[in-house]
Amino acid sequence: MGEIKLTDIKKSFGSVHVLKDIDLHIKDGEFIVFVGPSGCGKSTLLRTIAGLEKVTGGEIEIDGKRVNEVTAADRGLAMVFQSYALYPHMSVRQNLAFGLENSNMPKAEVAERITEAARMLEIEPYLERRPGQLSGGQRQRVAIGRAIVRRPTAFLLDEPLSNLDAELRVSTRAELAALHARIGSTMIYVTHDQVEAMTLAHRIVVMRAGKIEQVGTPLELYNTPANRFVAGFIGAPHMNFLSAEVVEQEAGKTTLLIGGSHRLLVPISGQKLSVGDKLTVGIRPQHITLANDPGSLTVKVRLVEALGSETVIHADLNGEKLLAVVPGQRQISPGDEAHFSVAGAPLHLFDGNGLRVKDK
Amino acid sequence: MGVASRFILRRKGGKGWHWTDIVTWLWLVGGLIIMFGPAVWLVFSSFKTPAGLAEFPPSILPYVTQQATVQGYDKPLQLFEAKLPDGSTRVLAEVRRIGIMSQMVDPKTPGETIRVNINDRTPVRTLSFATENYTQPFVHFNFLRYLWNSVFVTVTATLITLIVNSMAAFALSKYEFRGRSVAMLIILATLMVPLSVIMVPLYSIISSLGLFNNLWGVILPTVATPTGVFILRQYMLTIPDELIDAARMDKASEWQIYWRIVLPLTAPALAVLAIFSVVWRWNDFLWPLIVLSRRELYTLQVGLSIYSGELNVQWHFILAMTVVTMIPVVLVFIFLQRFITTGIAGTGLK
Repeated sequence: MGEIKLTDIKKSFGSVHVLKDIDLHIKDGEFIVFVGPSGCGKSTLLRTIAGLEKVTGGEIEIDGKRVNEVTAADRGLAMVFQSYALYPHMSVRQNLAFGLENSNMPKAEVAERITEAARMLEIEPYLERRPGQLSGGQRQRVAIGRAIVRRPTAFLLDEPLSNLDAELRVSTRAELAALHARIGSTMIYVTHDQVEAMTLAHRIVVMRAGKIEQVGTPLELYNTPANRFVAGFIGAPHMNFLSAEVVEQEAGKTTLLIGGSHRLLVPISGQKLSVGDKLTVGIRPQHITLANDPGSLTVKVRLVEALGSETVIHADLNGEKLLAVVPGQRQISPGDEAHFSVAGAPLHLFDGNGLRVKDK
Repeated sequence: MGVASRFILRRKGGKGWHWTDIVTWLWLVGGLIIMFGPAVWLVFSSFKTPAGLAEFPPSILPYVTQQATVQGYDKPLQLFEAKLPDGSTRVLAEVRRIGIMSQMVDPKTPGETIRVNINDRTPVRTLSFATENYTQPFVHFNFLRYLWNSVFVTVTATLITLIVNSMAAFALSKYEFRGRSVAMLIILATLMVPLSVIMVPLYSIISSLGLFNNLWGVILPTVATPTGVFILRQYMLTIPDELIDAARMDKASEWQIYWRIVLPLTAPALAVLAIFSVVWRWNDFLWPLIVLSRRELYTLQVGLSIYSGELNVQWHFILAMTVVTMIPVVLVFIFLQRFITTGIAGTGLK
């Protein structure tokens, strides 16, 4: 079992409040990813769950038991660190055995667990080597192995892939997902890379400045971001944000003015909205298409990035930046005028406080 | 030869002698003589007889004047190479010296006495190593006892130093607590207090603890060293905190973190401190001299001092025993100098 419940967690270092009122319920076997910009408190949150940091307020429960006062060693969790934190003076085998020996496990069982983990992670050939003699990817496996042999209630992973090169990161990411499917334990994973979060998570916890901004499945966050921050954080390249003004309201329909002159009809019956309200419209770059229709948005192209399979167009709409990712290769160059169409694109409306304007 | 001479004679720019080459040579050769000269003199002099030591002008190598037993004379006579008035040179034995004239006999024809001006004779000398300088103290003095005391003091003090200092360093580097910097500062500040200042209070403490005339009285006051705490703390600061967190997650107790993680990783700094401690304790003189007054408790350094009596100083024994005393320190340096340089570079200590 690996159910973790956080209630009203607070953490301060002196007068700096790093975590503010965190409430989260992690179900057994879930793969949860904490994501957010650096300094948002996601690593601190992980460390408080681990027991390496004491909370200033609130309650942590693991499998229904309050563990605030339980030490890191006795919480039954295992952690994989960003730097791997392998003991440099011990062989891989000793690294794996250290935690088990400390809990006075019989030698035979220690050996058995190490063999099993080594086979699972394919690190058998270098069990007798020291961490210094291993490559980054191998060290990473050993670090995960050290967590696996403990058979913990939950795995805590603190940016485990950030020290790997891009190619290895992609393959290790897939292995990690496979590993989770096989072990089935709860995993809490911290990263600042939203692609990792999207690909691995059952549920993503987006954090900013010590607060949870939104919790949801990757697609929930992608399709219905709760606020402007989440909308901008999830998805690559980032969502475009255009300032808009409500100019007309009918039953079930709202007309917005964007880019100075363009009228946009959105199917939102915003009772909260009234003519003259200032809003922000979010459009994902992938949802913009090129059009010949002069009635669409007329933009000035600033930069074109041809990636082969797709073309990234950086454009300027009446002083606002607009990014479009269009499939295929296009004959378009900086300085040109282009027509962007957002017809049929999912639009995200955010009010003056950055909160999503909900569709009724 | 080719490689060595090319290396030694390498010059700036490869051609000609630049003035910096000459300065470099003078500097290095001068440095060699200054640093190494006394050691060479000590080693060679330790093989000289008392007469050889008193000789003027002194020689580097241990020479002795050859002697011969001549019929009709009770004592062995010294042999000289004498230049005779007829221009020939013969090896003669000196019977006695009167003013500037020396009465000599030919060992082959003892009856005939030859008078030679002392300026016309030179002693027949051969290289001879007076190894009895080394063997005699072992027989006549309690050298082995002193050696054992020194080894005991050095080894025990070093072990305790390593443990006590590394524990302090561990706490001061890996635990966050109020007053950590102040504690460190106070420890470092004691570097400014010389032994001579605290000698009297230290003596009264030792004496009231009943450790006077006890080797533990020599050992215990020396085991907590600010230098050691500083070296180890600086080194431990470089051990990533994540390792300690990892060990905590691995159910390691604080003692296990110290003993199984931090201590092995501090090995280079521990080696440096061990070397320092061995050298300090081995060469200690003043404090053991104060604490120990019974001969059988003397350490080597104190033991050596008793060779210089009030009326006569047995230099030959002192020199020989000094060489013996130096050997462990030299060995420690030869084998562990790698650690000293890397360890000192690592801790930023000079």
